[in-house]
Parts: sequence; C-alpha cells; structure tokens
Amino acid sequence: MNYKHFILLVCLVAFSSCKKEVHLNKVEGKQINISDSLDIDQAVEDFIKPYRDHVNANLDSVLTYAVDTYSKGDGEYNTAIGNMMADAVYEQSNPIFKGRTGEDIDFVLLNHGGIRAIISKGNVTTRTAYEVMPFDNSTVVVKLKGAQVKELIDYLVKAKRAHPISKLNIVLDVNGNFKSAGLNGQNIDFNKTYNVATNDYLYNGGDRMDFFKTNDSLYVLDYKIRNVLIDYFTKIDTLNPVIDNRFIQLKN
Amino acid sequence: MKRREFIQQTAAASALIGLGGMGLTSFAPATKKITILHTNDVHSHIDAFGPDDGRNPNQGGVARRASLIAAIRKENPNTLLLDAGDIFQGTPYFNYYGGELEFKLMSMLKYDVATIGNHDFDNGIDGLYAQLPHAEFDFVSANYDFTNTIMDTHVKPYRIIVKDGIKIGVFGLGIELSGLVDKKMYKETKYLDPTEAAQEMTRILKQDEQCDLIICLSHLGYNYRNRPEKISDLKLAEVTKDIDLIIGGHTHTFLKKPTVVKNSIGENLLVNQVGCYGINLGRIDFYFDADKNKAANGKSIIV
Repeated sequence: MNYKHFILLVCLVAFSSCKKEVHLNKVEGKQINISDSLDIDQAVEDFIKPYRDHVNANLDSVLTYAVDTYSKGDGEYNTAIGNMMADAVYEQSNPIFKGRTGEDIDFVLLNHGGIRAIISKGNVTTRTAYEVMPFDNSTVVVKLKGAQVKELIDYLVKAKRAHPISKLNIVLDVNGNFKSAGLNGQNIDFNKTYNVATNDYLYNGGDRMDFFKTNDSLYVLDYKIRNVLIDYFTKIDTLNPVIDNRFIQLKN
Repeated sequence: MKRREFIQQTAAASALIGLGGMGLTSFAPATKKITILHTNDVHSHIDAFGPDDGRNPNQGGVARRASLIAAIRKENPNTLLLDAGDIFQGTPYFNYYGGELEFKLMSMLKYDVATIGNHDFDNGIDGLYAQLPHAEFDFVSANYDFTNTIMDTHVKPYRIIVKDGIKIGVFGLGIELSGLVDKKMYKETKYLDPTEAAQEMTRILKQDEQCDLIICLSHLGYNYRNRPEKISDLKLAEVTKDIDLIIGGHTHTFLKKPTVVKNSIGENLLVNQVGCYGINLGRIDFYFDADKNKAANGKSIIV
C-alpha cells in the first residue's frame, strides 16, 4: 500500500462514515397559484362529474313559485322577504319547540343582514335557499325576561332597520320614537318571560344583539335556517309574501 | 463558496483533489431533495371559481391542482402532499355528501397526511368518523385527545415517512374547540396545550426517532395581532425548537411568501399558509447533503 492508496482509503472511510448522516443545507419555498392556465386532470374531472351533476340537478329542483321579486331593500321597517323568513321560522320551528317543551314560541327575531340574496320572480329552487341563506346558522329559542325583551325592542327602535320579526308588533310615533309593542294584539308585559326564536349567530351576540346573553334558558332545535326555508318552500304552492304593519312608523 | 474554502484548507482533501475526480464522482448523488406540497382550508371547494366570481375568478379547482401535483411528482418522486385542515364545509358538495367527495379526491391526489380543522367537526365527530373509510391518507393530531370518542385510535399524534432515506416526521396541532365549535359536535374530544404537545413531539421525533426533517401541520392560525396571548403558528415557531416547517391554516392567511422565524435556540424555520379554497398550492423544497462541514455553516433559506 503506497501513500496515495492510504489517502484514498482514509477518504473513503471518511465519506462512508458521513454518508449515513444527512444535513439540511438549503430550503426553498414558494406558492403556486391554481389558475386556469393549468391543465385539467381528466380522470379527476370525470370522477367529480356525476357528483356535480347530481348536486346541480338537486339544487335546481323547483320547490315553489315566486309571484314577484323580493328584496330586503323593499320596505322601510319590514320587508316581504324578511317577513316570509321570520314567519317560516315560526311556522317550521314552533311544532318542534312545542313538542319538546309544551310551550309556544312567542315571537321571532332575525337580522336584516342575514338575508343574503333576493328571491327572483319565477321558480324557487333549493339553490335559492342556499343563496338567501348560505351560512349554516341554526334556529334557537331563548327564554328572555321582560327586561331583556325591553332591550330587544329598544334595539329595534334605535336600529330603524327592517330586521325580520314574526308575531311581534312595534309601532313608532311620527317622530320615530317608541309608541307600543304587542303580541297577539296585547301590549307586551315587561314583567313576563317570553320564548324568542332566533338564530345561533344572533344568540352569540352577532349584530350586537347583546340582550340574548342574559337569558333563562336556551333551546337548540338542530334546525338550520336554510333547511327551514327549503321545508317551507316545499310546503307552499306559491310564494307571495307582503309588506304589512308588524313594524311601522305612524305618519300623522 | 464556503465549501471550496474549506477544502483548500484541508490537506487530506487537497490530496483527494490530486487523485482526480474519482472520489467525488462516486459520491455525487449525495444531495437529496424532498419536496413538500401543501394546502389548507380548502373548504369543499372542489370546482374552480367561475369566471364571474367577484373575488377569485377562474382560480382553484381540484382537477387543476391534480395535474400540477402530478407534474411535480414526476419531477421529484420524493414528494409529500399535506393538508392543514378545514377540508369540510363551504360548498353544497359538503351539504350533499358530508365530505365523502373531498376525502375521495384527496385520496386520488395521493395526499399523505392531514390534520383536523374546526370545520371538520361540522357534521359532528360522528360525521367525520363516517367519512374515514373514504380517506386513504392519515390524520395526525398531537393535542386532540380522542380517547373517549369514536375517533379513538383513528388519529395518531404523528407519522414518520421515509423518502429516499430521509426520515420525515409529521405531527398535527388543532385549535381550541371550546367557543368555536358546539360541544355536542366534538363531544369528549380533549384539547391539550399545543406548545407542550409540540415540545413532546419534537423530543420524540428528534431524539428518539432521529428524524432528518420535522414538519408541524397546524390549524392554530397564523397570527393573532390583537390577541398576543393566543397561541398561533408564529408564536409556536418562536417558543419551540427542532421544527423545520410549520404548515398552517384556519386564518385563511394569504402570504406573499413563507415567513422565516427564529426558534427558541436562534435557528431559522419556515411558517407557511396558502390562503384558502384551493386557490394556491404551497411548495417547500428541502435539500440535504451528506457533507457535515456544509451543515456546520447552517442552512440557507430562499423564499
């Protein structure tokens, strides 16, 4: 073994001993946009197609017929579309609540911002329900004391927005101040406790509806607002909601 | 450059150069490359956004992501595909099929590992469990204790994958569910402290398992500027060590490029998140070298 061979041997031993150990010495990071310049993987596309076709066919299945186009912008203190939603929540949820508690829902409060799309004249489909209510919020019933109901009404009076309500009546005087609030033609008794149906978003303080925080009981109905609408649309032949006098300001 | 300087200073190495290319050539493939691809918060966005979408026209879509991933795998077979949670909820596909299609497609795309996001409980823990047969990839979470739930034994704290002789440890972290998800959805799932879980994971993966690369799949959220006490990916990166990459989710954060953060012992690591809805794919390439002396100079990060 000459000198050169010895060096080679040393080198080989040195290299093989560190061959097992690897060391991270460079990292490169970037983000790639999934744009329409990329090819479509046909096998994946073919796999999705039957699912897509089924979803679309179902979403486009006609549930009812809208007599007119309804928008949350049509109406000052109450709107046809909002009235329909709040009434649907009452109609669909009350049997569930009553079955569970033996009591009735006294009134419904939703939020104006929660109406996410218009309902166009013509066929109303499952897709319409998804458009109007894309969120997964569910119906809850909250037992509120008179003091909190008072706060709730003060909130509505102050907001002067067409937050959807059902069964509740609010009258403002000519100057826009509170005049009266009633249920079933009788003034609200602020010493009593009421069952108020709303959605879990508002219950959790959404739209600063903080009055729901102080409550006696909460009943979670496991009934998504969207499903309320789908079931309601399925039940009725034609959709023909109207602006009424559930929340008004006196003109003189 | 540093390497050359070093070799010039070493007598034995000089001799090696004197021997000609022979020694070097036989060790040429010593550099190994691991490619990590990742998504987060895809939220059932299976189809691309339409041309009329107000925010993301013609972006995303699983079929396009599939072709991109296939091309990258062809270029480097030593590729891992990971997801940082919130696979579910966001399009009617989820409402109609409960996540079946999402899992089936991720299996077609050969995802390796995913972690669990808060929205993956949207059909309850039973709804998540029901879809597991469609997932040909693993779920990891080191800080959700599923012992008293139906998910028990179906989620491991970490997974080790060996690619081209490189040992890669991937562990998962999930966000606190209380206050975010209804208890009746996640049932008896216990949330454990993410920092402590991460410390335990890095000890196991680094000391016991001797991993060459440690990746944290996190659904904690990138950063909470107004709530500095809340654990986030940036905070986790600073208070732990031995993690090479944190892949995040939850906050739908669109980063221009991955963030370089110094960990608790002053070493750099990467924190990345690619927005949401399958609009982007993250790609991180790790280059390994058998040369000890190179490593002594630290790693370079190019973002």
